[in-house]
Amino acid sequence: MTELYTEGAPIQDEKAPDGPIAERWDKRRFSAKLVNPANRRKLSVIIVGTGLAGASAAATLGEAGYNVTSFCYQDSPRRAHSIAAQGGINAAKNYRNDGDSIYRLFYDTVKGGDFRSRESNVYRLSQVSVEIIDQCVAQGVPFAREYGGLLDNRSFGGVQVSRTFYARGQTGQQLLIGAYQALERQIAAGTVTMHTRHEMLELIVVDGKARGVIVRDMVTGEVESHFADAVVLASGGYGNVFFLSTNAMGCNVTATWRAHRKGALFANPCYTQIHPTCIPVSGDYQSKLTLMSESLRNDGRIWVPKEIGDDRDPRQIPEEERDYYLERAYPSFGNLVPRDIASRAAKNVCDEGRGVGPGGLGVYLDFADAIKRMGRPAVEAKYGNLFDMYQRITGENPYETPMRIYPAVHYTMGGLWVDYDLQSNIPGLFVTGEANFSDHGANRLGASALMQGLADGYFVLPNTINDYLSAGPFEKVDEDTPEAKEAAEAVRARIDKLLSINGSRTVDSFHKELGSIMWEYCGMERTEEGLYKAIDRIRGLRDEFWRDVKVTGVNEELNQTLERAGRVADFFELAELMCIDALHRRESCGGHFRAESQTEDGEALRHDDEFAYVAAWEFTGTGESPVLHKENLEYEYVEMKQRSYK
Amino acid sequence: MNITLRVWRQKGKDDEGRMVSYQVEDVSQDMSFLEMLDVLNEKLTVAGEDPIAFDHDCREGICGACGVVINGIAHGPEVTTTCQLHMRSFKDGDTIDVEPWRAKAFPVIKDLVVDRGSLDRIIQAGGYISAPTGTAPDAHAVPVPKTDADRAFDAATCIGCGACVAACPNASGMLFTAAKVTHLGMLPQGQPERAARVVKMVNQHDEEDFGGCTNIGECAAVCPKGIPLDTISQLNKDLLGSLASGKM
Amino acid sequence: MALKSAMAVTGVILVLFLIAHMYGNLMVFGGQEVFDNYAHHLRELGEPMLPHEGALWIIRVVLLASVLIHAYAAFTLWARARRARAATGVRRYQSTQNKKGVQRSYASFTMRWGGVIVILFVVYHLLHFTTNHIAPGGASDSPYQRVVNGFEIWWVVLSYLIAMLAVGLHLRHGIWSATQTLGQNKAGRQRGLNVIATAIAAVITVGFLVPPFSIFFGLVG
Repeated sequence: MTELYTEGAPIQDEKAPDGPIAERWDKRRFSAKLVNPANRRKLSVIIVGTGLAGASAAATLGEAGYNVTSFCYQDSPRRAHSIAAQGGINAAKNYRNDGDSIYRLFYDTVKGGDFRSRESNVYRLSQVSVEIIDQCVAQGVPFAREYGGLLDNRSFGGVQVSRTFYARGQTGQQLLIGAYQALERQIAAGTVTMHTRHEMLELIVVDGKARGVIVRDMVTGEVESHFADAVVLASGGYGNVFFLSTNAMGCNVTATWRAHRKGALFANPCYTQIHPTCIPVSGDYQSKLTLMSESLRNDGRIWVPKEIGDDRDPRQIPEEERDYYLERAYPSFGNLVPRDIASRAAKNVCDEGRGVGPGGLGVYLDFADAIKRMGRPAVEAKYGNLFDMYQRITGENPYETPMRIYPAVHYTMGGLWVDYDLQSNIPGLFVTGEANFSDHGANRLGASALMQGLADGYFVLPNTINDYLSAGPFEKVDEDTPEAKEAAEAVRARIDKLLSINGSRTVDSFHKELGSIMWEYCGMERTEEGLYKAIDRIRGLRDEFWRDVKVTGVNEELNQTLERAGRVADFFELAELMCIDALHRRESCGGHFRAESQTEDGEALRHDDEFAYVAAWEFTGTGESPVLHKENLEYEYVEMKQRSYK
Repeated sequence: MNITLRVWRQKGKDDEGRMVSYQVEDVSQDMSFLEMLDVLNEKLTVAGEDPIAFDHDCREGICGACGVVINGIAHGPEVTTTCQLHMRSFKDGDTIDVEPWRAKAFPVIKDLVVDRGSLDRIIQAGGYISAPTGTAPDAHAVPVPKTDADRAFDAATCIGCGACVAACPNASGMLFTAAKVTHLGMLPQGQPERAARVVKMVNQHDEEDFGGCTNIGECAAVCPKGIPLDTISQLNKDLLGSLASGKM
Repeated sequence: MALKSAMAVTGVILVLFLIAHMYGNLMVFGGQEVFDNYAHHLRELGEPMLPHEGALWIIRVVLLASVLIHAYAAFTLWARARRARAATGVRRYQSTQNKKGVQRSYASFTMRWGGVIVILFVVYHLLHFTTNHIAPGGASDSPYQRVVNGFEIWWVVLSYLIAMLAVGLHLRHGIWSATQTLGQNKAGRQRGLNVIATAIAAVITVGFLVPPFSIFFGLVG
């Protein structure tokens, strides 16, 4: 174990102010140095990624007067994967008068994160949530409304108030289109320069500061250097390390991993959220998993047959032979328990052999009662598009027969380490949205990802990045700066290497194998033995990849195989770090469940005395032992308790 | 099942391009159309041939990245995105023709991949509400009638895939433009810029070399999000109104 | 964009003209005197406010301008569409599995070549009945006589039949399209507008075809 990593000096977040929690954000905004509007024109910012966190930041910083250069790998910024978020976005508006408040959203998020997030960050997130809704409405986001013309709300997994704003089952799409339009407006105004079909392949660090990125033009293959006074990574999560996940096919870790290799600490990589309501796998050709909004759990009831091997048509199974296992085990939250609990419960019943559908990897999500109670038209109005999607993919009609669902990798709480200002340990490198680690602890509550992405991009970063930029413009750097030259050379060498191996196995076959190792040993349930095995196999597979991968074509063209090869190569390194992190954290918390650490009734058991810290990892070389830096977590406001949703 | 694919192959934007046939065996009914292409691409790669390039990302019908013309129909025989089309819509022994979106405004980059930057530029011309961050009033300050909010939402579900252009005999991008004009025009927040927006967007649309709309309706018929044809009527009404009033 | 509005507005003018023209044609059932009086009266329309044939010439000018604008807009849009489609070689899509489109009507499909047929017909028609340069069946000073002489010949009737079917199809899509271009369509109205367009097209087509067939089968004259 010790040979897998070494422990370095502890770190801490030096930017978070002290004092009463409700005043900290004000205090920080006041203490942060400002940049005079006339000086902003002289300062430049690179933003990688155009999802909620990236597009909102680019639009806001562009509007503020900075020179922004933005990159995305898609053909349009509107396609970033935030677009696929379905359920909604939380905000402590208390429009429902049901006891909600900023403090309650803060409390729910800290508790939901299983006490592994920072109180200061989470409180700020809750404060800002209120402004996000206002901003989005002003931009023309068509949230669902009631007949009186006011906004509708619904409740979401893990909480007992209705604070989730939504736009049918396409909230992420509508929010992203809002941010995209704001971004396009700035592009037209000339404050943002957009580069689509460009993929970041390296970070340029000069004199210890992040000063630019190396990108590849995915159409021409040209390797370009771009420079700025600060770099913002808003490149999303790394769930695709599992190959099968609800992420888009192109989602990857390369931007953050390359920064990690350049010195940025990677925090809590093992915290992975497995979403309980996805459409089960149908065959080995499967390329991705499709999520069904968690809002389905508001009205659908989850069950499996009581008897092992009961393969009757679900409609033929009488009520008393069904096990509504969530309602049984968690009477007060029932089907609305947090995602990690719902996912593991599904895995457990399937492990018992009571799973349904092909391979026994599925549980029923049944709307028969809801249709009886609300009538089919009401169910259709609320969930119609989700039901259609299910029917299209499975060929089954969910109005007539229960849906089958199974958990799938959905979100990664880990990411690059950042301080309260969202700045990594590399000065000038900021990280927002899912790409950072900061707000969700070990588990994210439903409808909070959209909230965090937009909070970071619209309201947090634009108020903190000025503190750093006020010292700029920094010394001029260009292609001839040795660090930039070296970075570009490294990128070219790596591309050449990938193209020259000319082995016998495809990139996807490696990716699929890596994914199945990760799902098996670093998925919903992890054990020491399994993780050792996984690390061993990942290393073997990585070596094989660099010996035997087959990448066709050349660099100087649109070459999707080459793109994927580079991403998978980085996933190998990340996968190893995830396993090391999972192995070192000998407790269960949130999305990280160690079989060795559970209560008598099989619930996650934390060890706060030993593990109430952020594990921030320093890169030392491929295959070398990383260095662990601990950031202690202290809870002044929310009492650390074992979560209970009974 | 076994199928024959005839796929448009084009090495780069200056290459002529041609249809090439491939046999794909053991296709499962439950595969998506793109998964079927994945399977073919794996075989091509192992054989050392260049795999077929196609755009795709979310594979759940919402990002709008994918889209090819299948048997002459944009997104194929079902009204959905290409990624959500499944092989159960085809029969054993079928010959399936696969081609890129074809329009001057969408130049082919490689094989089935086209450049749809023209759609972004239409949005840049005016497809937004100018609401700088931090200037917003409370979200409940202006109630929006539910019917207006719903119509705005229906129009806003456009995913910008470009199927409307590919299907239109005139290669017009009017349904895409109209969806945005309708989305923003139905909301009280969109009113101040309404008259100018439609003029600027339509001008940009024309400048991008899209064809003119002759109300044939193929666009709405293939739209995976069901953007209704009457949004184009609303666009025309707004346009005539703003030209007549001179409020541009 | 202005092109399309111009197209719609001139189209509406031409439709109104067709309705009036059809009404006039049906006077043939009133016999030679009624029909010739009607034709003659057209020249006196507006007198004494306007000089002899004044109103007629105003109408002619408006119609000619409408036709020219309509055709100009059509050819411009046609050229734009050709360019916009970016067909390689002859075909835009190589697949032959979807020749008929997803839902488009035959009328919309034949709009352009149909329009060409109609305009060629209009020239022929003017040479035939207005200037009498073409006089199948024999020339005459009596408009009624010209009509009857012409429509007793099978190929004249056939040529008018073809032209009127082209007009009908053109109107079927054109009327619907004008409502949409002028911003009058709504989801709830779309079906209704299409029915109305079909009905007007059908009435006009039939209305124009009744006289020639009646003459051909000897019911008139």
